[in-house]
Amino acid sequence: MRRAYFKNNWVAALMVAPQLIIVFTFFYFPTSQALYWAFTLEQPWGGGNTWVGFDNFAAILGDAYYWDSIWVSIVYAIGSTALSVIMALTLAIFADRQLAGYKLYRVGMIWPYAIAAPAVGLAFRFIFTPGAGLMMFINQMFPDLWNPVDNGTQAMGMVIVAGAWKQVAYNFIFFLAGLQSIPRSLIEAGAMDGARVLRRMRDIQLPLLAPTFFFVLVINITDSFTDSFGIVDTMTAGGPSRATNLMVYKIFNDGFQGLDYSGAAAQSIILMLLVIALTFVQFRYIERKVHYT
Amino acid sequence: MIERTPILNIATHAILVFGLLFLLLPMYLVIVAASHSLQDVVAVPPNLLPGDQLWINLQAAWAKGHLGERFVTTFVVAIGVMTGKIVLSCITAFGIVFFDHRLKMPIFWLIFITLMLPLEVRIVPTYAVAANAFLPFQTLLDLSGITWVINALSGVEVKLEWNLLNSYAGLIMPLVATATGTFLYRQFFLTIPEELVEAAKMDGAGPLRFLWDVLIPLSRTNIAALATIMFVYAWNQYLWPLLVVTDQSYAMIAVELSRLVPKFSATGGEVPKWHIAMAGTLIVMLPPIVVVVAMQRWFVRGLINTDK
Repeated sequence: MRRAYFKNNWVAALMVAPQLIIVFTFFYFPTSQALYWAFTLEQPWGGGNTWVGFDNFAAILGDAYYWDSIWVSIVYAIGSTALSVIMALTLAIFADRQLAGYKLYRVGMIWPYAIAAPAVGLAFRFIFTPGAGLMMFINQMFPDLWNPVDNGTQAMGMVIVAGAWKQVAYNFIFFLAGLQSIPRSLIEAGAMDGARVLRRMRDIQLPLLAPTFFFVLVINITDSFTDSFGIVDTMTAGGPSRATNLMVYKIFNDGFQGLDYSGAAAQSIILMLLVIALTFVQFRYIERKVHYT
Repeated sequence: MIERTPILNIATHAILVFGLLFLLLPMYLVIVAASHSLQDVVAVPPNLLPGDQLWINLQAAWAKGHLGERFVTTFVVAIGVMTGKIVLSCITAFGIVFFDHRLKMPIFWLIFITLMLPLEVRIVPTYAVAANAFLPFQTLLDLSGITWVINALSGVEVKLEWNLLNSYAGLIMPLVATATGTFLYRQFFLTIPEELVEAAKMDGAGPLRFLWDVLIPLSRTNIAALATIMFVYAWNQYLWPLLVVTDQSYAMIAVELSRLVPKFSATGGEVPKWHIAMAGTLIVMLPPIVVVVAMQRWFVRGLINTDK
């Protein structure tokens, strides 16, 4: 612990105050407000909120559409995470061999991170639209093969591909950094013992990458729950027939289109608990279980 | 490693090229679509080579989406979020690391916890706050009875109100209210050797002088890293501006982009103007790509240090 400090604590207070005020106004207050709304119901004729206990939660958990939304979110989380993590890991581990063209490959894998979710959504919606381009051509050869406007599974598939595409760059950056923090001497020792490239990947690099791997995994799942709004909104708007109505999207819809603040707040609380649980898993469980050094 | 692996090298290149193609192909298709007329875009068999309409479509998208004005708005917000974040996280981390007071750790945790819940999760109540940024303070006053006391004593009813909807402050401030940068700065400040602090004190420098003349010059890389991430983050904001802005003069570019194409629906309707929409997509994605590619080193560094 550090021993040299400045003594004027009023300066410290001045330094910390702006951040605390902003965090209180835009983080702690809204979060507590969400709790308040989740346990109360606004009276239709005005006159404030009445306490309803767990009624809002009961209403949501009794709603089949909500369970659909949870199911859809899980499918999206697993699909997009698996796709992007596997892809990024493969690319990172081979890029890390640093053959000719390494720098070019690296930039090529990183740039998609810069693109806004709605731009990704629009681009993929165009690519997958049955009304133009490649998909229209395929549909002419095999009539009605591809129609995400009617087919919920296909719509989900295209949202997953877009989400995974957007996430590959982020995962690639972390995997590459993780690989490069593995001590060179370990890999050299492996080579001395006669392990070839693929063997070294399997027995040295992949196991040592495990902490990064789990970190990326949890971050991806969390992001898929919270950060998917832009893609869903521009690609499918939750349709067809709620087939891509992710939890974040449903909160937005119920809260701002349906003006059901209490319902949306209760859904927010459930999503918050989910995200907190995932963060907790990340901090506690994973960092302890996977430890090789 | 010095070993000859010709077959594996070819396989490695094949895998990497395949990955590049997967990442670049959508971009290529967007460029192709943006460089044809609508008839050519929906033609069968599809055109797989760029056409000659690119400039015309870009101009059309620029005019149709009022992208000129949107660029200005988005730029102001991005710069605002960037500077706000850098300044706030720098001074907060300074206040936490270089002073010795009992509230140090509680304050750190109070700020650190905000990393857990992104804006999207608490979007509904945050919107209510944006409608009146003094609502939290009003609530505090009401709950603590101060409103009542003031009312009883002076007959004045305390009603604080500050509407942030349709304003730069409303767009920027909620995006600044997380711990990303503070954490990055704290990590960096903890690596500053104590001798530096002692030397500064010996030379008679106060805390502010130390911050300005020693820490800020030392944290240039940090600033660059944070700046790139925050620029991209703010430029790409979608959900929050969608809610806070109803007055089009404050619309941000990602929101405007999504309006170039009618919402996805089963009822059909008109054929979306894909060529214009794709040209718009190109324009919107360009600035952050330039920033990320040009500032690659700092960007990667910042990303890894803020999230870990």
